[in-house]
Amino acid sequence: MHMADALLSPVVGGGMWAVSAGTIAYCSSKVHKEMDDSKIPLMGVLGAFIFAAQMVNFSIPVTGSSGHLGGGLILSVLLGPYAAFLTIASVLMVQALFFADGGLLALGCNIFNLGFFPAFIAYPLLYKRIIGSHPTAARISAASIIAAIVGLQLGSFAVVLETTFSGISSLSFPTFVALMQPIHLAIGIVEGLVTAMVITFVYKARPEILQSTLDGRVVERHSVRNVALAFLAATVVTGGVVSWFASKNPDGLEWAIKQVTGQEELKEPDQGLYAVLKGLQQKTAFLPDYTFKNPADSKKETALPETSRQPNTGDLVISPGHRPSVNPIHSAGTSLAGLVGGTLTLGLACLTGFLLKRRNQTK
Amino acid sequence: MSHHIVEVRNLQHVYADGTAALKDVSFIITHGESVGIIGANGAGKSTLLQHLNGSLEPTGGSIHIGHTPLSKGTLPDIRRTVGMVFQDPDDQLFMPTVFDDVAFGPLNLGFAPADVEERVTEVLELVGAGHLRDKPPYHLSGGEKKRVAIATVLSMSPDILVMDEPTNGLDPFARRQLMKLLCDFKHTRIFTSHDLDMVLELCGRVIVLHEGEVRADGPALEIFGNDKLLAECRLEKPLSMQNCSACGSKKSNVKSPDSSACQGR
Amino acid sequence: MASIHSAVLDLKRLDLLANGNSPIHRLDARAKVVVTLVFILCVVSYNRYELSALFPFFIFPAIMISQAGLPPLFILRKIALLCPFVLAVGIFNPVIDRGILLQLGPLGISGGWISFASILARSMLTVGAGFILVAVTGFTAVCQALERLGMPRVFAVQLLFLYRYIFVLTEESGRASRARELRSCGKKGQGIHSFGSLVGHLLLRTWQRAERIHMAMLARGFTGVFHASRPSRFGAPEIRFVLFWSTLFIVLRLQNVSQLLGSLITGLFP
Repeated sequence: MHMADALLSPVVGGGMWAVSAGTIAYCSSKVHKEMDDSKIPLMGVLGAFIFAAQMVNFSIPVTGSSGHLGGGLILSVLLGPYAAFLTIASVLMVQALFFADGGLLALGCNIFNLGFFPAFIAYPLLYKRIIGSHPTAARISAASIIAAIVGLQLGSFAVVLETTFSGISSLSFPTFVALMQPIHLAIGIVEGLVTAMVITFVYKARPEILQSTLDGRVVERHSVRNVALAFLAATVVTGGVVSWFASKNPDGLEWAIKQVTGQEELKEPDQGLYAVLKGLQQKTAFLPDYTFKNPADSKKETALPETSRQPNTGDLVISPGHRPSVNPIHSAGTSLAGLVGGTLTLGLACLTGFLLKRRNQTK
Repeated sequence: MSHHIVEVRNLQHVYADGTAALKDVSFIITHGESVGIIGANGAGKSTLLQHLNGSLEPTGGSIHIGHTPLSKGTLPDIRRTVGMVFQDPDDQLFMPTVFDDVAFGPLNLGFAPADVEERVTEVLELVGAGHLRDKPPYHLSGGEKKRVAIATVLSMSPDILVMDEPTNGLDPFARRQLMKLLCDFKHTRIFTSHDLDMVLELCGRVIVLHEGEVRADGPALEIFGNDKLLAECRLEKPLSMQNCSACGSKKSNVKSPDSSACQGR
Repeated sequence: MASIHSAVLDLKRLDLLANGNSPIHRLDARAKVVVTLVFILCVVSYNRYELSALFPFFIFPAIMISQAGLPPLFILRKIALLCPFVLAVGIFNPVIDRGILLQLGPLGISGGWISFASILARSMLTVGAGFILVAVTGFTAVCQALERLGMPRVFAVQLLFLYRYIFVLTEESGRASRARELRSCGKKGQGIHSFGSLVGHLLLRTWQRAERIHMAMLARGFTGVFHASRPSRFGAPEIRFVLFWSTLFIVLRLQNVSQLLGSLITGLFP
């Protein structure tokens, strides 16, 4: 359930980046102040452990599929929320850079979805409450399963929200929710079970490891509330800034505007390279309006005023709501131009790379 | 000069779970000696080593490094004096590149960056790892890792080198290389190992630990000549002192003190 | 997962690529990080039906791959393993969004397919940019660059520890899970019970390793402060690199070059 760059709009991606970066900064200063320096190698090595543990899988009875350990909850139990959040963030960063899980822009979302909910909601508000001060095997199991399920449900709901707000996917919100939540319920149950087993194992073998996070640097209730409030504030501010920015700067954020205001059309820029090329094109082209001329349509075409003959700059920028009114022939020619040009530029890009490589090799 | 002396008096250590790993250990190692500490699994070798630079605190007894008693206050100084090479180089090489790792100690000691640079280069050349400088540790072979791990310690110019199982997991060639390197050092050296041939070659003196106590302490040849003692301590003669089972030739005591590749003084 | 095992091998290979010595490798990591971020932001800022305007952006990966001497097939193969989540979500677009947006002769292409293709192109560009960044910079340098750009030190340091020990721990757990596999017949023995104690053991060993590492740090005079020793320079080559690419991306973002080029061609040769 890693969120991916390809499904994100810059507004959502950037906003979540800001939120996650803020939390990382906050947690870092907390860890720096409150923990002894042995925690830093421990965090790093446990992060690597999460990778290693995910190499080991187990078969799930009946379904025939296999599962593996999830990271967020177990790290929170071992390290406490602040250090755990940082560790999850770094695991995700390595995944984003090396395993194409998500991407760099989506990193902000992923850190929030997979780090914030287990570390700051599921662990302090559920796991710790259920465990109480005297853990037993049964309590550990119940707490792990419940916390894992809730954490994952919140996380997958956040994925749905982020995807919907980004608007790259056509899935509607209710459909997406109906798809995501049950899948993650199943995953959550399995993950909770496994987490429970590993924690119980550690509790039996070296209870002092778990005890130290339980009584020492516990998150005071205030602190959790502060983090939650800070988040709320950050979200509101980001949302506000973003929508203000969106309304001021329509060009970079067409989609957001379309969604928010229902405004459709994009104006083409009248100066710069575009204008130069447009002039050039009008001089050289036999068909000034880019389209394949349909004999039956040519009369109508030429009769159209200049402005409407020029199609959008973005060849396929046609919003769903506007579609019926689009003249298919008109748009076909434009899009054909887009496709031909696109293929050509792609070819050119590869060729440039190839030639440069040849030149480097012969040097 | 006096910095190089290690004195352990009636050292005891009991772990939190109640295991008494060291019951009563005493010895003095003087300047420039090369000493092998041998013993069966669980005899207390690693526990003993961890005391020598204060990684573990004694339950009873005391340790003096060059007449300075080991205590919280003297710890930084003692850690600089006693260079500890861990058994698993992966535990010791935690920085992104070989250079960073070797520079870690000197930087912590507060040397200026230019001095650190010079020192790192010098030490890496010394262990024959100059070409590995910019490599990350996970791309090194076992032998290379070991040599770099030694360099990380040498860069702090310790007076005493303590090494846990230095030849463990090395191929014969890398082992031979490492032994050559170690034998050129002028430091006071303390090794633990199950590689008794290495101990025989590198160490003039051997201390035998058995169940947390010093069972024997003396010249290497004398100890390895004592079959009864070795059997009682779950040890055996180094292979080079045993009869050759393949050709049947008797190699009684081939290793005369001066024929060894190296003799600790 | 076996796939993670091969992913670790890939990780080692990517990591080795960063040892290259091309002009691009030699640039300060900050320049590369900034350019990659600008690139990704430009690519994802298009609306969902944009496809042709994305193509000119392929010039960036193409030039980086060739100039840095990266193996193109390896990078392509890594990019081709698209994130399954993207595919799973994207494939709904053609199903839901059936309005015809593009008529190529008798063939009508729906908005859904176009937006799906757009998602794929975005995915290739953004994922490719990430891989290339690591391959020409190296993870450590990326971390240090981020730290200089304001990432907290505690976070950076433990990130480096994490990266360092991935190599050690994945080997360890690979051995453990192979041992389990060899002694289990088919699905028996691979269940959740043996998993719990196997991973539990791994965790305890990891914990002990962390303790030993800390000991090794203390033994070498660690007092809680990490010293940065690497000199950094953000000189003229870096400024040129950032300015050139950022300007190009912004121009490409504002001008649909594909469209212009295509118009010229189809205009000239109808």
